[in-house]
Amino acid sequence: MNMTFLEAIREAMRIELKKNENVYLLGEDVGAFGGCFGVTAGLFAEFGDKRVRDTPISEGAIVGCAIGSAATGLRPVAELMFNDFATVAMDMIVNQAAKMRYMVGGKINLPLVIRMPLGAGVQAAAQHSQSLEAWFTHVPGLKVVYPTTPEDALGLLMTSIEDDNPVIFLEHKLLYEIKAEIPENIMPIPLGVAKVRREGTDVTVIATGKMVYEALDAAEKLSKEGISVEVIDPRTLYPLDKKAIFESVAKTNKVLVATEENKRGGYGGEISAMIAEECFDSLDAPIVRIGALNTPIPFSQCLESFVIPNSQDIVNGVKTLF
Amino acid sequence: MEISKVNVIDMYETMLKIRKFETTAMNYFAEGKIPGFVHLYIGEEAVATGVCANLNNDDYITSTHRGHGHIVAKGGDLKFMMAELFGKVTGYGKGKGGSMHIADATKGILGANGIVGAGHNISVGAGLSAQYRGTKQVCVCFFGDASTNQGTFHESLNMASVWKLPVVFVCENNLYGISVSQSRHQAIKDVSDRAAAYNMPGITVDGNDVFAVSEAAKEAIKRAREGKGPTLIECKTYRQRGHFEGDPGAYKPAAEQEAWLKKDPIPRMEKFILENNIVDENELKCLQADVDKQIEAAVEFANNSSYPPLESVVEDVYSDMKEEVRVR
Repeated sequence: MNMTFLEAIREAMRIELKKNENVYLLGEDVGAFGGCFGVTAGLFAEFGDKRVRDTPISEGAIVGCAIGSAATGLRPVAELMFNDFATVAMDMIVNQAAKMRYMVGGKINLPLVIRMPLGAGVQAAAQHSQSLEAWFTHVPGLKVVYPTTPEDALGLLMTSIEDDNPVIFLEHKLLYEIKAEIPENIMPIPLGVAKVRREGTDVTVIATGKMVYEALDAAEKLSKEGISVEVIDPRTLYPLDKKAIFESVAKTNKVLVATEENKRGGYGGEISAMIAEECFDSLDAPIVRIGALNTPIPFSQCLESFVIPNSQDIVNGVKTLF
Repeated sequence: MEISKVNVIDMYETMLKIRKFETTAMNYFAEGKIPGFVHLYIGEEAVATGVCANLNNDDYITSTHRGHGHIVAKGGDLKFMMAELFGKVTGYGKGKGGSMHIADATKGILGANGIVGAGHNISVGAGLSAQYRGTKQVCVCFFGDASTNQGTFHESLNMASVWKLPVVFVCENNLYGISVSQSRHQAIKDVSDRAAAYNMPGITVDGNDVFAVSEAAKEAIKRAREGKGPTLIECKTYRQRGHFEGDPGAYKPAAEQEAWLKKDPIPRMEKFILENNIVDENELKCLQADVDKQIEAAVEFANNSSYPPLESVVEDVYSDMKEEVRVR
């Protein structure tokens, strides 16, 4: 079947809602309105207001409600309209969801998913465009999933909803309309398994989210100049498939890491540090890190596209390795 | 109101258990045997006891940093509690949580909590879960007066009210948010006034009168079980100790402390029991000795337990995978 990234996310929720009556959705305008980006459209009509629940605009209570209900037998899938709004719910995510299991000696499971769109590119300015994945990967107790294709969005969201731990599920808003063929009867995709998006021999580019597409574009350009680029998409940021990354580095001996976050303190830095610590002997050159400029995301299109990295930045970065 | 002799004695025993657990924790903290932060419930025992006397085993509670009393009243095991305070592997959290993070899911105890106001939001989820699954369970959310200034208070009372969730919000107004008195942290006298903003009943009771608390809780819990939605109960009480052990509480006027000590819920209950011939003085002494034994057994259990093995530190972060143990 042919579907968009957005439809794939919806389909994963539909499958899980059908499979388990304890799965329910909650969030701002996720009901008849269909969600701010339309991801939940139609689910309210199909499953009703008990399973697809509009909430007041109270991000803390949305996540808190997910936690309390997950601790008592349900499997909530909460939508936060933008990852920027997660900051309003940070106590619930960081101090409660992530830590409850540990603090009580493993006796309470929290099977919950918090979905949130992220990323720039729609001139939504500084409070609706950030990429805050590093805020979540930093916190033990959370799993962080960041799919880039419709097939992965479907399979990884199914897995996330079936997981017994809190999962942050990141959806880049510019990927929503990407369309692809998805095999029938798709199975859940395990977390922690990276995907090689393009095989290559000269340099490894590790990219997340929309940067995967920028990296593929860069790889195409570079192939014309005789540079063979391997593009690795981790798909889940935690657990991270270090093995796949390290194997590729051992093969190419050169690494560029591309993420859309502000470069300072980003998860790209963590991946780079991991490679530097554990694969130093494989490296023929310093690791190159590509990220957004360390500014808030500006509104005006010319400014926004200047701040966010693109395929040309990756091309330029790769060339410094040779 | 109708209160049977058995109920009275049960409630007295619970209050006494809490008091003796807390004084024991106080002493071991002073000796340095209990590390970290300890926030004691001494003086507020009638609230947890009066409320939990109306709950079933499968009902839920959320608690606070000052949580020992709630956990004892909801049926928590003194041995596992004390062991957790001592940081031992046999404790409720295997020594990973400590005083502020005790939970027992088998008794509906969803956890004490180190963040002021966090339990509010979690209680809404437990209430929603009960409603969703079509059970008659309720969730009681315990919290202090100062936490009603957190955004979570507003978010959760609003959500519980608009969805008619089976949640009972129980405010223990002990007159202080750490060192700041209620008159300096909010411009209202009765926290229950805030119920009006959520179109739910709000009631203020004498929090040192276990019967008054129990009566109010009974009504609110019945209402919740019947699907009529949440209630806000304010129990006026007093924290006899400092905010945490080590805080001498110098900000509390001596006359105020003295007046409240006269209203101590435990001697008050003893007086009631003897005056109404529920049991005689001898029987009361036997009961007290029995509680002492339970506390001693809990301490012995904690003392005899081991500290957690170091490799356990990476367990329980996730249900299905372990963090890496790295040599630093």
